[in-house]
Amino acid sequence: MKKGISFRQAFFTLLKRDLQIAIRHKGDIFNPLLFFILVVTLFPLGIGPEPQILSRVAPGIIWVAALLASMLSLERLFKADFVDGSLEQMLLSPQPLPLMVLAKVLAHWILTGVPLILIAPLLAVLLHLDGNSYGALMATLALGTPVLSLLGAIGVALTVGLHKGGVLLSLLILPLYIPVLIFATSAIDAAGLNLPYSGHLAIIGAMLVGSLILAPFAIGASLRVSTN
Amino acid sequence: MAEQQIAKTLLSANQLTCIREERILFDELSFEITAGEIVQIEGPNGSGKTSLLRILAGLSRPYAGDVYYQGEDITRNRDEYNDDLLYLGHLAGVKTELTAEENLNFNLRISGYDEFDTRGILSKVNLAGFEEALAGHLSAGQHRRTALARLWHTDCKIWLLDEPFTAIDKKGVEELEHIFLAHAKRGGCVIMTTHQDMGIIGDDILRKISLEYRFV
Amino acid sequence: MWKWLHSYADPERAYNLSGKLLPWFAMLATGLIGIGSVWGLVFAPTDYQQGDSYRIIFIHVPAASMSMAAYMAMASSAFVGLVWQIKSADWAAAAIAPIGAVITFIALITGATWGKPMWGTWWVWDARLTAELVLLFLYLGVISLYASFEDKVLAARAAGILAIVGVINIPIIKYSVEWWSSLHQPSTIKITEKSSMSSDMLYPLLINIVGFGMMIGAITLIRFRAEILARNGMRPWVRELAKAEGVK
Repeated sequence: MKKGISFRQAFFTLLKRDLQIAIRHKGDIFNPLLFFILVVTLFPLGIGPEPQILSRVAPGIIWVAALLASMLSLERLFKADFVDGSLEQMLLSPQPLPLMVLAKVLAHWILTGVPLILIAPLLAVLLHLDGNSYGALMATLALGTPVLSLLGAIGVALTVGLHKGGVLLSLLILPLYIPVLIFATSAIDAAGLNLPYSGHLAIIGAMLVGSLILAPFAIGASLRVSTN
Repeated sequence: MAEQQIAKTLLSANQLTCIREERILFDELSFEITAGEIVQIEGPNGSGKTSLLRILAGLSRPYAGDVYYQGEDITRNRDEYNDDLLYLGHLAGVKTELTAEENLNFNLRISGYDEFDTRGILSKVNLAGFEEALAGHLSAGQHRRTALARLWHTDCKIWLLDEPFTAIDKKGVEELEHIFLAHAKRGGCVIMTTHQDMGIIGDDILRKISLEYRFV
Repeated sequence: MWKWLHSYADPERAYNLSGKLLPWFAMLATGLIGIGSVWGLVFAPTDYQQGDSYRIIFIHVPAASMSMAAYMAMASSAFVGLVWQIKSADWAAAAIAPIGAVITFIALITGATWGKPMWGTWWVWDARLTAELVLLFLYLGVISLYASFEDKVLAARAAGILAIVGVINIPIIKYSVEWWSSLHQPSTIKITEKSSMSSDMLYPLLINIVGFGMMIGAITLIRFRAEILARNGMRPWVRELAKAEGVK
């Protein structure tokens, strides 16, 4: 009965399981996406249909909607595992907890972040986003949404044991999303003006690296408190 | 065989105090558990049996006191301890969206095993023929057995089991008792809570740790 | 260092020590804020540009500088609690949070009030005001997380983790907000630099900053002591204390 699972294998075992569960539970993938689309659709109705105004505010709208959609979908990240006891087993497994947590966040990002990135250009068309900005939009979403998932997971891990989630969660994590929002939207703005935006991307990339390294530990520590 | 004769302390609790909702469940509780012991934590509802098990597993942090695994604080060598610990709580940790086989497969792999015969193990817990069934469609007892199946493929010495017999039929309880005895003989220990009477494990073998309900 | 910490980790000793410190903090706070405020509000010269309305800085600047310092103190305390598993440190962090939030709120209100005569509007998206607003949100997050847990020992640990996460993010948020505001703001609006201030204005300001720090320390100690008592209500030493006070 030898134990021979490497960290990498354990990581992919958990990743595979989470993807498998989500595929059997398709609503979890589509609901945040629908929310994202709906929120973006509401803005032209609220602001008015003038293309100039819409294209001016498009980066902000898409990013704020992405932020909210990411937060909403994250709420379920640890909930099911918490309710059925799998979370306890994960905390007690001999695998390093930050690694397990990272696998879960990655699975979640693949399921909710990636579809969001793919649908974003379509919504950008609806908002008359400047033609030069599409590359920047995709690049910022690709680099930025994993940061949102990682930071958000900390808040989710802290609140998973509580009965009231939603509003509290937004209070905990939305302030942490501010830097990503600022740099992502100004990168898109810069691209619209034909200015270089690689500096913005580098900063978002740095945030991604930083949160990849630090967030799993914070998430792990938070889960230990929540399951106490 | 000689080394098995020496009573080896696997787990020791040192002055554990647990406070829940401003109520002291137990205060300065100390005990040692040696290899080969089968221990039942007993006490009325609300006396802190589950809390004690969770503290021993390292899931909960006691208000005061420490738990030592082979002489070392479990909060300081958690990975090593987890490697030798099998904890089954109230909640089975079985995913309703996965089949019995997938569940066991995942549980064993995440515990570090890479070679095992899932179907063989499932047939030992009377789940032959249900391998492909989603755990959500299984009965309560079968659901529980899916979680318990791990006991048939483990080399963890310390078993912490919270109400392992819940929803298990009489024959199943007997099988579990057999496996507990075999595990104890191999030098492991079993610490459990249960309200059920056991047929095979008599009072002469079973060690009891009693918790009382405290009103203050 | 950590031996020394552990001797005060015991709630009873932490309670007694904070009881001894409290009068000093309280006395210094009252004295310094009294001197600083009277000096600043009555005797300091009138600013030649802003007239008397600038005098709000004797409240605003101490509050603003202490709002950040209080967050640092809270996060440091939470860090000690997390790493060395000292419950008293978690409780101290939880005790600071509401005080920090109130101080931040005061800084925001006085900043807005000052902005009205200076900029002609209550609110501008100035980098410092925005960062202060975000800081208030961070405090509110810690407070409501603490309030949401029924088990207050756990609540303090959870709030502590959030405080630490927040403190890592504060520099990033501050930097990004400053960068953002430099991008969008016409540079005509600027808070007057403190360095050009005459010493008659500077001294009362410094005295008030220290005074505010002492005041936060004093209120924290009071809340910390209450927190210890609340968490240890069933302990014999608290019971004896209650008996000595004549509480049943």
